[in-house]
Amino acid sequence: MKIAVCIALLTAMAGAALATEIPRSERRSGYSFMSADSKAMQDEDTANPGMLSVLDGETLWMRKAGAANKACADCHNDARVSMKGVAAHYPAFDKALGKPVDLEGRINLCRTNHQQATPFAYESRELLALTAYVARQSRGMPITAGGDPELAPFVEQGHALFMQRQGQLNLGCTSCHDDNWDKKLAGSAITQAQPTGYPLYRLEWQALGSLQRRLRACITGIRAQAYDYGSPELVELELYLMTRARGMPVETPAVRP
Amino acid sequence: MPLARLALTMLLAAGLFAACWPADAEELRPYTVVGDAIPASLTGTKGDVARGRALIVERSSTCILCHSGPFPEQAFQGDLAPNLAGSGSRWSEGQLRLRLVDASHLNAATIMPSYYHVEGLVRVGTSWRGRPILSAEQIEDIVAYLTTLRN
Ligand code: HEC
Ligand code: HEC
Repeated sequence: MKIAVCIALLTAMAGAALATEIPRSERRSGYSFMSADSKAMQDEDTANPGMLSVLDGETLWMRKAGAANKACADCHNDARVSMKGVAAHYPAFDKALGKPVDLEGRINLCRTNHQQATPFAYESRELLALTAYVARQSRGMPITAGGDPELAPFVEQGHALFMQRQGQLNLGCTSCHDDNWDKKLAGSAITQAQPTGYPLYRLEWQALGSLQRRLRACITGIRAQAYDYGSPELVELELYLMTRARGMPVETPAVRP
Repeated sequence: MPLARLALTMLLAAGLFAACWPADAEELRPYTVVGDAIPASLTGTKGDVARGRALIVERSSTCILCHSGPFPEQAFQGDLAPNLAGSGSRWSEGQLRLRLVDASHLNAATIMPSYYHVEGLVRVGTSWRGRPILSAEQIEDIVAYLTTLRN
């Protein structure tokens, strides 16, 4: 009897160990799973709907705002120079807050601390546009996030969230994105959950959306309680995903089905 | 023996977890597992084959997210799991019932959700909390249909 329980438990544990990280040589962006049409839409700036937000973001970059009456450009000058490579290493550790902030969070900290303006709402046109504009300046550059040793416990936490089974369907992110990424969930290709393209234009949304929006959609998909926008858990998941994608090129603004 | 200690720790952890779980979950009908099967119907009656087929093909039941099967009208079927064609030849009615009710009873590492099971789940969304994925009637309808899939 005791032996039977042990065997059952050991089998369970062997199963739990099945989740395997994707070898570096096999990492693939969501781009590579798309149809030729969707790839062409991402590749052609004139066809890529995300570029409209990037242009919108450029206008907002120059616009003075808040009690300080300052534009982003008043502190950071030309984004093409000052923002080059920035998105590739976000989320980054914020010393004052003692925790990682993602690019949206950083932009909103500049809004409140330096422009003395109210923060933009998550998924608002303005926040997506500024984020897309900033991230666009890193397009093609390799992701370097997670290098700061102060981030280590947060990366670990994000990893734990990625592995944890949750929701009524009792699945972990890893069940699909590490173990089954070459398969199909009904009609959709299960990708590797590489965060390379955000914010991106999703055909299903008919809009630009953030990485947090995408994460919330997968969490709701497994019928778990989605974390609130801006919650530490979502930032930790973003951080883990970016670390997992280290070395892959930034694609913002990408297109996805 | 370290293996035994590890197993014990896991048992304790499982017990603690179960003890912490709120008891407000809707009462599920009791059932008896015999070997690798639940021989008796959850409802005491036989399910409806046609309703079972309709349920499987419906996206909200989630089966065809992972499985494919003899459903020519469904353009989008998954390939994460075995094709359901022939399930009725491979498994008895009771085996199919346990597979649906609690697949993790047979294989703790399976990705197949337990359709009539609410304990031990983590962070279930409010609209689904305390409820099984399918009702006992729905399980019986699907079991009735699966037993007809012979090859
Ligand atoms: C049951 C399967 C499943 C689970 C579990 C799942 N996802 Fe996904 N995920 C998908 C599918 C399918 C897609 C791509 C198709 C789509 O967009 O619907 C996707 C897309 C993504 C993407 C977008 C990748 C890109 O190229 O833009 C990210 C990021 C992601 N998932 C993260 C997660 C995280 C984090 C979790 C856990 C909290 C998770 N997923 C859980 C199936 C799943
Ligand atoms: C998230 C994925 C997933 C979902 C959703 C799912 N299954 Fe499964 N199912 C599996 C996997 C994987 C197996 C293979 C055995 C295992 O892992 O336990 C399986 C095995 C089976 C089998 C045995 C197949 C055989 O012949 O060996 C049957 C029957 C079955 N599932 C029916 C269903 C039905 C009916 C539903 C919906 C009510 C369903 N499954 C939903 C993943 C899934």
